[in-house]
Amino acid sequence: MKKQSYTIAENRLVATKTYKLVLEGEGLVDGEFVNLEIPGFYLRRPISVCDAEEGRITLYYKTVGKGTAFLADLPEGSKIGVLTGLGRGFDADACKEEALLVAGGLGAAPLYLLAKKLKAQGKKVNVVLGFNKADEIVLVDEYKALCDSFELATLDGSAGIKGFVTDAISAMKPNYDFFYTCGPMVMMRAVCGALEGSGEASLEERMGCGAGFCYCCSIHTAAGTKRVCKDGPVFKKEDIIW
Amino acid sequence: MVKDLSIELCGIKLANPVVPASGTFGFGLELADSFNLNILGGISLKGTTLEPRYGNPTPRVAECHDGMINSVGLQNPGIDALVSQKVPALRKVYDGCIIANISGFSIDEYRTCCAKADACEGIDIIEVNISCPNVHNGGMAFGTSPDAAADVTRAVKSVCKNKPVFIKLSPNVTDIVAIARACEDAGADGLTLVNTFLGMRIDIKQRKPVIANTMGGYSGRAVFPVALRMVYQVAHACKIPVMGCGGVASAEDVIEMMMAGATAVQVGAENLRNPFACPEIIEALPDKLEDLNIESIKDIIKVV
Ligand SMILES: Cc1cc2nc3c(=O)[nH]c(=O)nc-3n(C[C@H](O)[C@H](O)[C@H](O)COP(=O)(O)OP(=O)(O)OC[C@H]3O[C@@H](n4cnc5c(N)ncnc54)[C@H](O)[C@@H]3O)c2cc1C
Ligand SMILES: Cc1cc2nc3c(=O)[nH]c(=O)nc-3n(C[C@H](O)[C@H](O)[C@H](O)COP(=O)(O)O)c2cc1C
Ligand code: FES
Repeated sequence: MKKQSYTIAENRLVATKTYKLVLEGEGLVDGEFVNLEIPGFYLRRPISVCDAEEGRITLYYKTVGKGTAFLADLPEGSKIGVLTGLGRGFDADACKEEALLVAGGLGAAPLYLLAKKLKAQGKKVNVVLGFNKADEIVLVDEYKALCDSFELATLDGSAGIKGFVTDAISAMKPNYDFFYTCGPMVMMRAVCGALEGSGEASLEERMGCGAGFCYCCSIHTAAGTKRVCKDGPVFKKEDIIW
Repeated sequence: MVKDLSIELCGIKLANPVVPASGTFGFGLELADSFNLNILGGISLKGTTLEPRYGNPTPRVAECHDGMINSVGLQNPGIDALVSQKVPALRKVYDGCIIANISGFSIDEYRTCCAKADACEGIDIIEVNISCPNVHNGGMAFGTSPDAAADVTRAVKSVCKNKPVFIKLSPNVTDIVAIARACEDAGADGLTLVNTFLGMRIDIKQRKPVIANTMGGYSGRAVFPVALRMVYQVAHACKIPVMGCGGVASAEDVIEMMMAGATAVQVGAENLRNPFACPEIIEALPDKLEDLNIESIKDIIKVV
C-alpha cells in the first residue's frame, strides 16, 4: 500500500451520473482498487482501477451519495490523495485459453484491466456487458476494440439485447474455460448460479481502512472469514456464500 | 535540534508516546509492509477474547462528520492464537512495546485470558477492555459501574504477576472519575481512556440503521475535546499513568493530550482514514516541540 498524491487530468460526465476520472502521478499502480481521499469526508472512497499505465490511472464512478457528488465537482488540475496497491484482483492465470467476462453497470471498469491482461497473455476474451438503460453505457468501444466477441444487454431494451446479462449469455453461447464477473450482487449471484465451471466474482462491502487492518469488511466464505478489501475483493465462485 | 520523545509507562520505556489504538491497527503485522513499525512507541493489538469470534454482521462501519461508527464486534482468533502466533510473528519485526488488548464476557474469561497474556513473552502491557460497546452482555457492562470495574480489575490483577495492567475505560458513563478511582483502588497499574461513544446513524432513504447491529462505537476527530476532558479529569484524580485516546489526529493533539495528563497517546480511527497517521505524527513531533520550546516531551505531562 502506498499513499500518493495525484493530479486530476480528466473528470468528465460520460453517461448518466457516471464520470470518467483520469489521475496522473508517479509510478505504475498495482492493486484492484484505489482509496480516494475526498476533501471534507472522513472515510476514503474505494474505486476500482479500470486501467493503469505508467503515471496514469483511469477510474469510472457513479454519483450515488455525497462523497461521489463532491468528487464530481473537483476541477481538472486539482490534487487528490490516493491510497494505491489495494486488494487482490482477478486471477488472469486461472483462465487457460478462453475467458468469459460478465459485467453489470460499472463492473465493466475493473474487468477492462483484466481483459487487457488476458489479451496480453494471448487468450481469447468474450465479453458481456449489461446496463439498465442505453444512457448508462460506458466502455463499449474500448471492449469492442479489444475482445474476440462482445454482447450488450439493457434491461429496458434501449440498446443491445433486452434483458439481463444472463439472457445475453444465452444468446451468445460463448466458449470459456473460466469466467469472471463484476457488478451488483444480485447479478453476480445469478451469473455464478447460471454459469457452468469455475469463475471469480468481485464483491463489495462497506469499508473502513480499505487496507486489511480494521476488519470492518469481513465476510463469511466457504474458505473461512475473509476481508473483502485485502483477501478480496475478488473471490472464487465456490467460496462465496451469497 | 534533537528532541527527547521517550516516555516511560510503569517502568517500560517507549521511544515516543504514540501508540496505535486497539482495533485500528490489526495485529500489527498487517501494516508491516507499509512502513517500518519500529517507528512506533507501542502497538495496542486488536481486542482478543477467549474463543475465536467472527464479530458482528456487516455493514460494520458508518461515516459521520469528522468521525465514524464501528461495530466490528471483537472479531479475533482467540487468546491462544494471539499468544502462540500473532505476538511471536509481530515480535520478529517489532522491538517496541506490545500491548495486548483483552475483552471478555465474564470475570472468569477476563482472568483466563489475562493469565495467558501475562505468560506470553512478547507482550509488555496488558490492556483490559471493559468498555466495548459492540458486544451484548459483555465488554461495556463491566465498564459502566465502579463495582463491576473493580471486580474485573481485582480478578485480572490476581493472575497478572509479570506485566502491568491498564484498564480501558468507557466514556459512556456519568462519572468516569468514580470508575477510574475504583480501578486504581482495585490495583490497576494504569488506565487507557477513552473507548468509543455509543452512537447510531440512519440511512434516510432506506429508513433503517446504517450499521447492521443498529448501534456502534463513535470515534474520530470529533470526540477529541470530550476525550481530552475525561483524560484531564482522570489524570488529576488518580496517581497511576494514563494513556489518552480519542480523536487524536496530529502532533498538536498528542501534545494537548499529554498536557491534560496522558503519559502515552493512542491514535485510533485516524489510522483508518490515513494508515500513515502514526508515522506522520511522530515525524512532526520534534518540530512542534521546537516551536513550543520543549526539550523533552516528558516535561509536558499534566502541566495543565
Ligand atoms: C472494492 C470496491 C470497488 C468499487 N469500485 C467502484 C467503481 O469502480 N466505481 C464506482 O462508482 N463505485 C465503486 N465502488 C462503490 C463506491 O465505493 C461507492 O459508490 C462510494 O463509496 C459511495 O460514496 P458516496 O459518498 O457517494 O456515498 P454515500 O452513500 O454517501 O457514502 C457513505 C459511506 O458508505 C460507503 N459506501 C456507499 N456505497 C458503497 C458501496 N457500494 N460499496 C462500498 N462502500 C460504499 C462510502 O464509501 C461511505 O463511507 C466500489 C466499492 C468497493 C468496495
Ligand atoms: C474499527 C475500530 C475497532 C476498535 N476495536 C477495539 C478493540 O478491539 N478493543 C478496544 O479496546 N478498543 C477498540 N476500539 C476503540 C479504539 O481503540 C479507541 O479507544 C477509540 O476508537 C477512540 O479513539 P479514536 O477517536 O482515535 O478512534 C476500536 C475502534 C475502532 C475505530
Ligand atoms: S476495510 Fe479495513 S480490513 Fe477491510
